[in-house]
Amino acid sequence: MTPASPVIFEHGEIVSPRRVATPMWLRATLYFAYQYKRTWRGSIVTSFLIPVLYLTSLGVALGSLIDRHSHGVSGVSYVAFLAPGLLAATCMQIGTNDTMWPVMGAIKWMRTYLAMLAAPLDVYDVLLGHLAWVATRITIVAGIYLSVMAAFGTVHSPWGIAALPAGVLTGMAFGVPMAAFSATQDKDTAFITLYRFVVVPLFLFSGTFFPISQLPHALQDLAYVTPLFHGVALCRDLTLGQVHLWVDLGHAAYLVAWVGAGYAIGRRTFAKRLVV
Amino acid sequence: MVEAHGLEKRFGDFVAVAGVDFTIAKGESFGFLGPNGAGKTSTMRMISCISPVSGGTLRVLGMDPATEGAQIRARMGLVPQEDSLDLDLTVLDNLMIYGRYFDMPKKVIRQRADQLLEFAQLTERANDRVDPLSGGMKRRLTIARALISDPDLLILDEPTTGLDPQARHLLWDRLYRLKQQGVTLVITTHYMDEAEQLCDRLVVMDKGRFAAEGSPRQLIEQHATKEVVELRFEPGQHEEIAPRVAGLAERHEVLPDRILLYADDGDAALAGVAALGLAPRSTLVRRSTLEDVFLRLTGRTLID
Repeated sequence: MTPASPVIFEHGEIVSPRRVATPMWLRATLYFAYQYKRTWRGSIVTSFLIPVLYLTSLGVALGSLIDRHSHGVSGVSYVAFLAPGLLAATCMQIGTNDTMWPVMGAIKWMRTYLAMLAAPLDVYDVLLGHLAWVATRITIVAGIYLSVMAAFGTVHSPWGIAALPAGVLTGMAFGVPMAAFSATQDKDTAFITLYRFVVVPLFLFSGTFFPISQLPHALQDLAYVTPLFHGVALCRDLTLGQVHLWVDLGHAAYLVAWVGAGYAIGRRTFAKRLVV
Repeated sequence: MVEAHGLEKRFGDFVAVAGVDFTIAKGESFGFLGPNGAGKTSTMRMISCISPVSGGTLRVLGMDPATEGAQIRARMGLVPQEDSLDLDLTVLDNLMIYGRYFDMPKKVIRQRADQLLEFAQLTERANDRVDPLSGGMKRRLTIARALISDPDLLILDEPTTGLDPQARHLLWDRLYRLKQQGVTLVITTHYMDEAEQLCDRLVVMDKGRFAAEGSPRQLIEQHATKEVVELRFEPGQHEEIAPRVAGLAERHEVLPDRILLYADDGDAALAGVAALGLAPRSTLVRRSTLEDVFLRLTGRTLID
């Protein structure tokens, strides 16, 4: 059915390795970046719109009511109080979303990881490379969020810049353990459950919308355990310029611990799932 | 290129590969044949350094898969049993991305991709998404992708399973050309015609071991007679008639739908059937094929 065509290339014809080898994990990250090129426009627009909508409706509109009746929250306007909380919560959402379906899908559906593993990458490169991409994504979204916050006049100090890495750290404190978990899953039912019973309650009750001192004592203790509370507190101290060095380092250290533990577990779950 | 001694693969208590020895030379095209579950894919996955060895020794391209997997895979192309293409991306993007995994400069990937698209007859589809392509096209793209890094060793796990005859012939032609260019091919298949077409040497695997080893010709000579007579009677009569014709051949086999007589002179055997006064509904005298060898070595029942 096909006409015979001449030999099109010679084996051994091209030998041109790069002078400086790209790290293996970065090659995996580049894959996700390549993918992102198809959808970045929509994603950037969303990243602008969400903070604008939230800060306008809850921050400014609802906030003016709150400010009129109780002279702000913790000594600042409600919108300035709310914005860093939303920043941290948004980072959490990106961190979890991007490590739920995308990780399981890369194993089961798209088999992206398997394609990488057939190339020179190993399973730890795949894990690290994907997580580096998730961190990049959170950085983009958090950067946009922070600039919108600045436009709303809610960044009160140069310390606010540091809310960007703080947000990324918050997102990764969720994303890294979640990636470790997703690699063990065959169906997405657990993701939906986690979203409903963990992510959404955290979003609502971790000090994002109101100080957790408003909560009953038992719930306050629970809030202290969650990474989001620490992420919110850290981002808020930074954008409001109310830095308490040791307390804030404590928040950061707690988030780092989640990232570290998640990564250690992730190395195991990825290897167990992919190296058989 | 590949050297294995006492190679084993175990999954818990299950032994998938039970200690096999083989050597694959440079430029050779080597086949693993066997029914599903014989251990072909496990062996291939160990050779491709994506599955750790459970026992024995394995050297690929002179290196140890356990410690030098990345270096080995850098010189190897793998066509897995199930495609792992990126369905949302275009044909060309799939090649570009894969080249990046091998850290090839963009320009080189692009140049190589153009050649490979030509080779895989996908040039016109270069900018189309992969998802709607036919099975044969996807398979050709997977092979093209595995060739992006100009590997010395190409590993193909059931390259044409599920493809229509035209698509298979096109693929065979492409693989044959690669072989001509000195690429070492390692192929698993359960299609005998594919093995006969492509493999210089092959092993028949069954239950994790090698049941036979040699060139297709050698295997037929060793394990089958020159010719085979196929006799078809009315359904259900085969078991009853078989003992009467058994004496006419070196060996016979009763299949659900026919009796096979293995004889060096098929016509003589057929004349013998007529002399017995038997009148099959249809008869066929043919040369022995690898399929006869395969059926003899791995048993009647194909495990699917």
